Amino acid sequence: MTTTSQQARLAAVSVGDELPQREFECGNVQLMLYNAALWNGHRIHFDEPYAKEVEGYPGLVIAGPLLGDWLHQGVEEWLGDDGRIVSIDYSNRVATYVGDILTSGGTVVELFNDTQEALVDVFVKNAAGDVVTPGQVRVRFGDVW
Amino acid sequence: MSELLSAELLTNIGRQSEPRREIVTRRDIRKYAVATGNRQRKYLDGDLAPPMFHVPLFWDVVELDQLTPDGVSIDALLPKFPLEKAMAGGLNIEYHKPIRPGDWLTSTRTLTAIYDKKGRSGALIFYEVVMDIVDDDGELVIREKTTRILR
Repeated sequence: MTTTSQQARLAAVSVGDELPQREFECGNVQLMLYNAALWNGHRIHFDEPYAKEVEGYPGLVIAGPLLGDWLHQGVEEWLGDDGRIVSIDYSNRVATYVGDILTSGGTVVELFNDTQEALVDVFVKNAAGDVVTPGQVRVRFGDVW
Repeated sequence: MSELLSAELLTNIGRQSEPRREIVTRRDIRKYAVATGNRQRKYLDGDLAPPMFHVPLFWDVVELDQLTPDGVSIDALLPKFPLEKAMAGGLNIEYHKPIRPGDWLTSTRTLTAIYDKKGRSGALIFYEVVMDIVDDDGELVIREKTTRILR
């Protein structure tokens, strides 16, 4: 069911609109809790001497799916109660580490008035400005869980 | 058929994992929402599962002696590939139905594709795994397609 406010929200969205950006900084504790929630025992995420000395990383590696989750959060915080995520495509391109200052954001690239959907290009960038996790999300207005 | 991918290797396309059935709990949703830094109350309270909650729900739970020394579990669905260095892969996730505490969900993973391409610095192998997650009525809840690249 589509409410008047949800219809008004889609009508107010334009191609080129930018999503609010959000800063993420994953610390040791958050990374440990995330991997524990998954049951992911990969040592590069919690054993710093191993990550550095054996695998040659500069620090503890942030798990790829956590960056994917942040793409979703950026879109959902922009959508509020006006719609939901229908699908996402993303890839982890550049490794990120505990302590990195990362920023999520996105841009509306296409609107589909017949289905009340929009395509949004999304990203997580590192402090150097490199897109570490690019993606594209399809959202549908007026459909909320 | 290419030189890299033998006919025998390609017979693995279509291979399927045993279905796994798991129950969704409020506690698991809350732990995941907190650990990901989620700021929405409905997820932090565990009333509704956030997107990607299927990742912790269906991460393989293996016994300690089945983990490699670096703490990784071997994916039994995959054959041995002639290239082994993993590069960035991609994910496509479709969300069809909401997930709430008390839901029983069943996931089945299928190796749907193996193919190769010539990259700038040599051959690359691509493979795709589709995970279908259905509820107890057999309705599709989430479909996730993972594409991985080996060099």
